[in-house]
Amino acid sequence: MYDSSRHNPAHGPIGAMSARAVLSSELGPKGSSRIGTLRSDGSLVLRKSNPKGPEPLARRRPDVARVALAAGTAGPLGGDDYALDILVGAGSTLVLQEVSAMLVLPGLGGAGSHMAISVTVEAGATFVWLAEPIIAAHRCNHRHDVRIALAPDARMFLREEMLLGRHGEAAGDFASRLRITRGGAALYDQQIDFGPASDGWGGAAVLGQNRAVGSVIAVDPDWTDAVPAALPYDETAALTPLAGPGVAIGAVAPDSLSLRRLLIRGVNELAPPWAT
Amino acid sequence: MERQAALLLLADGRLPAGGYAHSGGLEPAVTAGRVADMAGLEKFLIGRAETAGLIASAFAAAACARAAADDLSDLETLAVELDARTPSPELRKVSRDLGRQLRRAMSSIHPHPLFAALGDAPHQPIVMGVAAAVLGLGPRDAALAILHENNSGAAASAAKLMRVDPFDVHAILARMTTRLDALAGQAAVAAEGAPGDLPSPGAPLSDIAAEHHRRRDVRLFAS
Amino acid sequence: MHDETPTAPQTRALRLGVAGPVGTGKSSVIATICRHLRDDFALGVITNDIYTDEDARFLKSEGVLPEERIRAVETGSCPHTAIRDDVTMNLMAVEDMERDFASLDIVLVESGGDNLTATFSPALVDAQLFVLDVAGGGDVARKGGPGISGADLLVINKIDLGPHVDVDVEQMVADAEKARDGGPVLALSRKHPDTVEKLCDWVREMHKTYAGGGHIPVDPGPMAPHHHAHDDGHTHSHD
Repeated sequence: MYDSSRHNPAHGPIGAMSARAVLSSELGPKGSSRIGTLRSDGSLVLRKSNPKGPEPLARRRPDVARVALAAGTAGPLGGDDYALDILVGAGSTLVLQEVSAMLVLPGLGGAGSHMAISVTVEAGATFVWLAEPIIAAHRCNHRHDVRIALAPDARMFLREEMLLGRHGEAAGDFASRLRITRGGAALYDQQIDFGPASDGWGGAAVLGQNRAVGSVIAVDPDWTDAVPAALPYDETAALTPLAGPGVAIGAVAPDSLSLRRLLIRGVNELAPPWAT
Repeated sequence: MERQAALLLLADGRLPAGGYAHSGGLEPAVTAGRVADMAGLEKFLIGRAETAGLIASAFAAAACARAAADDLSDLETLAVELDARTPSPELRKVSRDLGRQLRRAMSSIHPHPLFAALGDAPHQPIVMGVAAAVLGLGPRDAALAILHENNSGAAASAAKLMRVDPFDVHAILARMTTRLDALAGQAAVAAEGAPGDLPSPGAPLSDIAAEHHRRRDVRLFAS
Repeated sequence: MHDETPTAPQTRALRLGVAGPVGTGKSSVIATICRHLRDDFALGVITNDIYTDEDARFLKSEGVLPEERIRAVETGSCPHTAIRDDVTMNLMAVEDMERDFASLDIVLVESGGDNLTATFSPALVDAQLFVLDVAGGGDVARKGGPGISGADLLVINKIDLGPHVDVDVEQMVADAEKARDGGPVLALSRKHPDTVEKLCDWVREMHKTYAGGGHIPVDPGPMAPHHHAHDDGHTHSHD
């Protein structure tokens, strides 16, 4: 497991930023979803957006709320502390896109960076999060913490992708936890650790020689009685039903592009409206 | 340290609870060509101990603490949390199969009413925790027992799966003892927290390989 | 899934083990028993395989029982461990089956093919057959071992092949009877209906004795020290 005391820092002074952005959607009087709160902060820049590429669940519909998250500056850098709070109000549909990959960099002084994302998806609401890869640059020291609380009848689609360093460089220290609860009970909880301060991740039980790891989590209350069946559809990818009404598509790959292709293949094994 | 012999009993691979039929994911890793030599085996075992091993030991420690306090009221929560940390349905089933077998064995070996209170198909770490408590052991012992049993079981299967010198395999286990001690300590500390805060290190290739393994026509080990 | 406390289930079938070396026809003996006794008894089968679930598939393909009454246990390439040193997996498979299809009369447990020393623990089965075949050589019965000497019934299978493999079946049976101190030996061939009927009679009788409480499971014993008598008269023993 990741041990922060073993992180080997760069030297120099510390310059840190903290940011707390807030986003919410709600159901409007005519049945369309609309943005409630849209508060950017520091590097976390939130903008209304338009459909971009295939969209599971939302299918480019005009009546859903769409927001894109853009990075106002490079980073996070070591020492930075970012938070993003998201509320998907009852009955509304929110699609969160990202403008580009997030490059996590070391700070001056080696302090850790942290990003906490908290999402609440209320009754009858739908949350679609099409995240772009997080790249753990050499010597970074980052903790990523995503907590999602779903109402029992909420729907969700999310993609997460992590890259072990930029092209040709060794990965920095990185730990990312994704915890999803449904009606207060745990549905999915996985942490991925890698970098010099962690052990074992390069072994065949965890990531092997791969440089990219990612997953897609889909939750649908209609699966309560019949979750899609397990399907290991590639040597390094599998679609697996969770113990509750959700599936996890997990994949590892040598690079970002092949990881994305594997995840798309997995999503296409699900029926519409997931497959696009 | 008063109950060391009981700990050895529980961690012994010869405890008749069906563990010998499993390779802890080593067989699919060898089949896929991801483990081909001793260095690969050592990395595999370390990765497994740091992920599934830490999870199992933390849950065993948590179950042990609850059984020792005679309060099993949130065991179902522990089971749900453990399911959430195991994306592969095959691995969830293996954990519950081994849990049923351990409970079946311990119910004969050292009968105790707590075993019957564990529900239909308890996870192996939960049963291990309760068995440890019933034998008078503490959470850290429960953590160490399941870490050692799972680690040595996977290592032992190497002799049937690869060209190995068994001394080399045990040399790996000897090098890992300090790590297992540390992980057991970590697990025992984590077990004092809420179930939702128990560690959750994932092992993507283990989940993927377990699903492939179940679908293969020829295999030596059940998992 | 269900509870598996060690107390005896309410419906407790006769648990009948079938052991013997690889290729002697254990699956075929079980198929024969099922085919001839399925109308008289409620049956279930647990197979133990070394690799995957081949034997279970064979029995299912034979169509001798509904598929759900044939279940496989995977033994991690340790078939002898699964029936003797660590029977938990098999015991639970038997108990599950007894519970799922209550009330069963007989559950047959087929061991994975192993060698002459593998026998069932009485913790797992009430009675056991040990299956040899003539193709394995006429002298096998004379060699003895716990399965040959201590099983409740020794079956010498494929006797129709005797002339083709130069084995004197009568001599083999006589050797076996000697090794067993007069314990029952059955010469069997699927192609000889009278021998099949004898096998079925033995099973019927065993079930009757068991159901009446008159059968006490006997452990054929662990690997025993044995001796080799060579043609030159030299004898040594080891264990």
